[in-house]
Amino acid sequence: MKLAYWMYAGPAHIGTLRIASSFKNVHAIMHAPLGDDYFNVMRSMLSRERDFTPVTTSVVDRHVLSRGSQEKVVDNITRKDAEEHPDLIVLTPTCTSSILQEDLQNFVERAQLEAKGDVLLADVNHYRANELQAADRTLQQIVQYYIEKARKKGELPAGKTANPSVNIIGISTLGFHNNHDCTELKRLMADLGIEVNAVIPEGASVHELKNMPQAWFNLVPYRELGLMTANYLETQFGTPYVDITPMGVVETARCIRKIQQVINAQGADVDYEEYINEQTLYVSQAAWFSRSIDCQNLTGKKAVVFGDNTHAAALTKILSREMGIHVVWAGTYCKYDADWFREQVSEYCDEVLITDDHGAIGDAIARVEPSAIFGTQMERHVGKRLDIPCGVIASPIHVQNFPIGYKPFVGYEGTNQIADLIYNSFTLGMEDHLLEIFGGHDTKEVITKGISAESDLNWTKDGLAELNKIPGFVRGKVKRNTEKFARDRGFKDISAEVLYAAKEAVGA
Amino acid sequence: MTIAQEPTALNFECETGNYHTFCPISCVAWLYQKIEDSFFLVIGTKTCGYFLQNAMGVMIFAEPRYAMAELEEGDISAQLNDYEELKRLCLQIKRDRNPSVIVWIGTCTTEIIKMDLEGLAPKLEGEIGIPIVVARANGLDYAFTQGEDTVLAAMANRCPDKLPVTEAEKSDRNAIQKLLNFGKKKEDVAQEESEYVDHPPLVLFGSLPDPVVTQLTLELKKQGIKVSGWLPAKRFTELPVIEEGYYVAGVNPFLSRTATTLMRRRKCKLIGAPFPIGPDGTRAWIEKICSVFGITPQGLDEREAQIWAGLEEYVQLIRGKSVFFMGDNLLEVSLARFLVRCGMTVQEVGIPYMDKRYQAAELAMLEKACLEMGVPIPKIVEKPDNYNQVQRIYDLKPDLVITGMAHANPLEARGINTKWSVEFTFAQIHGFTNARDILELVTRPLRRNNNLKDLGWDKLVKEEAKI
Repeated sequence: MKLAYWMYAGPAHIGTLRIASSFKNVHAIMHAPLGDDYFNVMRSMLSRERDFTPVTTSVVDRHVLSRGSQEKVVDNITRKDAEEHPDLIVLTPTCTSSILQEDLQNFVERAQLEAKGDVLLADVNHYRANELQAADRTLQQIVQYYIEKARKKGELPAGKTANPSVNIIGISTLGFHNNHDCTELKRLMADLGIEVNAVIPEGASVHELKNMPQAWFNLVPYRELGLMTANYLETQFGTPYVDITPMGVVETARCIRKIQQVINAQGADVDYEEYINEQTLYVSQAAWFSRSIDCQNLTGKKAVVFGDNTHAAALTKILSREMGIHVVWAGTYCKYDADWFREQVSEYCDEVLITDDHGAIGDAIARVEPSAIFGTQMERHVGKRLDIPCGVIASPIHVQNFPIGYKPFVGYEGTNQIADLIYNSFTLGMEDHLLEIFGGHDTKEVITKGISAESDLNWTKDGLAELNKIPGFVRGKVKRNTEKFARDRGFKDISAEVLYAAKEAVGA
Repeated sequence: MTIAQEPTALNFECETGNYHTFCPISCVAWLYQKIEDSFFLVIGTKTCGYFLQNAMGVMIFAEPRYAMAELEEGDISAQLNDYEELKRLCLQIKRDRNPSVIVWIGTCTTEIIKMDLEGLAPKLEGEIGIPIVVARANGLDYAFTQGEDTVLAAMANRCPDKLPVTEAEKSDRNAIQKLLNFGKKKEDVAQEESEYVDHPPLVLFGSLPDPVVTQLTLELKKQGIKVSGWLPAKRFTELPVIEEGYYVAGVNPFLSRTATTLMRRRKCKLIGAPFPIGPDGTRAWIEKICSVFGITPQGLDEREAQIWAGLEEYVQLIRGKSVFFMGDNLLEVSLARFLVRCGMTVQEVGIPYMDKRYQAAELAMLEKACLEMGVPIPKIVEKPDNYNQVQRIYDLKPDLVITGMAHANPLEARGINTKWSVEFTFAQIHGFTNARDILELVTRPLRRNNNLKDLGWDKLVKEEAKI
């Protein structure tokens, strides 16, 4: 047992559900107790989905506990199959069902006999994998399933596309700025003259999956999601993959050069150097920004970075290599992939922190007293408590991190967005600091004119106690309204009763 | 009557139970705030933690007095000793927070692995010296607000059954009141006593924000009724005395286990009344309590009429409109009854669980309201099926659907107005004073529509997408 208040990565089934509901016309059925379908709320609220989240629950209740699920799971699968005709139903185990140890694979096989669509059991161990690992595994499982299915039927298309083409792997629902990143990556590919063969899982149909081997290479923009799939396609079809996250000016260039090398090896003849140069110097503002006086002022300022592997590593490199900022420590909560992180960032920061204990991170921030924090929503709140500005760079995130406006983190537009984010975080801090030095905002107490200068009214003890329970920012108004009410009716004493009677009268 | 062909009595149905609601462990979110010296320890998995973390929103950052005891593989396979593990965590809580009570919330996982929390608690309590209350608020058995019911039922067993009486106080006729008035001067107490009618002690149960507690207490005071205590109180150390023969009344419709516990184990008499939600409900609640104590209520007619008059501008917006409750928090019957009185037609009352005995007075009042307002009596659908409900919503085209957040945005995108049901559990909706707040919530989507009505942006999905 461990005492926990906050977790960075969710439970395994969330990862599976993110993959399933990213695909078009794929339905997930959770084997879970009532209330575990909170995923639907998150998807509907955070990403403001217009459509119903294709996730339902086969409810585990007392009866299931005593007699087993029996027909229930099978019935729920075939019912959903008949109601909505999904291409695929993914039966999703949860922590509860994994202790029940029911033979879910057997349910899947029985349901498959009746269902028109395909039925799969997500192969995820709840107690060993977290959200990110489960998502990676589920994506690979679905791709493998449809590749093998097509192969069996002899429908696997042979050969590659005529022109260089790419599969973009790992864009998913509830991912940090994933939809904007996807648009930016497609633009980048168009600029490079590369056709996009498939984007998975977001918005993809499972029928497209059999075409994936036609791509010349796979691009995996995020470290956490898609590598298993890319590895699978490499072993099956020899398709090379590029796993350099194009985040920041230097890394974007490195990613493009790697792409160039990969497709030239397959007979293309491209040279992207001119493009990289043009974009770096004149299109992206980030290189110019790092040269400007603004950025000069940031030199040597202290920052700390925390997040998932992809974003924390990329931001650490940008801060240190592209802006000359002193990253005191960089950390990740992806403990299962800590070696990769260490290798990526160790030359760009003084210290590497691998933990998923938010208390330890809070302490490490307090100890260092950086001028700015780049982290998750949790670090933003630590920043609030310590009066240090924070830019949010990774999940877990709130609704404000699903902006409507175009805000990619990858590609050349991404470099602009990140430069803004970093600069805004630091200047805000500086502004505050200057204000403090010069005596703060002009906060002379606002003198509110009462209705009459002298109050002939007496607040009783309980009345005053009740008044003090009212939030400070409206208390003045409530006090005035109540006194007016009391005066109108000729009350001398204002008790709690009078206070509430006044509230009723004005409807405040 | 023209409504002859309409059903004249409530019609109960039960569907598949495939609906969306919050897990009952969410009760820690409001109970830790209500009971100021408590600490809630949820013994469960990452799934439970993830839910609480996301459902509680910004509260999570405010160093809440709640935590997960996150079970690991070793706990599930019994390689670790439950007692030792819980002791270690509870000692840590004692050291860091020093609460007056630790509430253990049992979850689905502790049920399945049959962790004997009720057995472990008294032993550990003796060892660490802090009361440990066990509530099994899990998703296998309960929905959302029923979580509070399991906690309060467990707390009911902790209420003292007698006051420690000292020599000096023995002369005092009513020692409880003495305690409640602790710190006041004797003359004050005597003077205050005279404001009340002589009636047997009354204890109210249900967790409400402190301002609402004050309002309802004052409301009863106007009738000369004294509230001897409230379960839960602001602090665990202030739980009310409950003696055999005391009267109790519920303020929320989801407290049936607490009511049962108070009746069977504490030998109290339950006053079965409609719940004080809406001016009609509040009045009926007060009247019922008065009638039990043989008091003739004073001034309720005018009071209710005055509140209704104040609500008129809101009522105008919803009069004649239809509403559909998908059902997730057990407040549905009371809200439906109030909205019928406001002139709405209720098409369906979905509800997770229907205790017909505990809610009897409320159900009778709903039926009566429908007959008197001349609107059809809705069917009450227990354990609803959300998929079927959405099909019915497409057919019925209600003016307003009260539903969870999982369905709200998708329905809005299809041109159907929604109100998020969870807000009703967190807003102040009890008593005369707060009737306005209920209508503020109910009319918000309609007022929003009035503002946007000329833009032609009603349906925002391309084809009639399947669920």
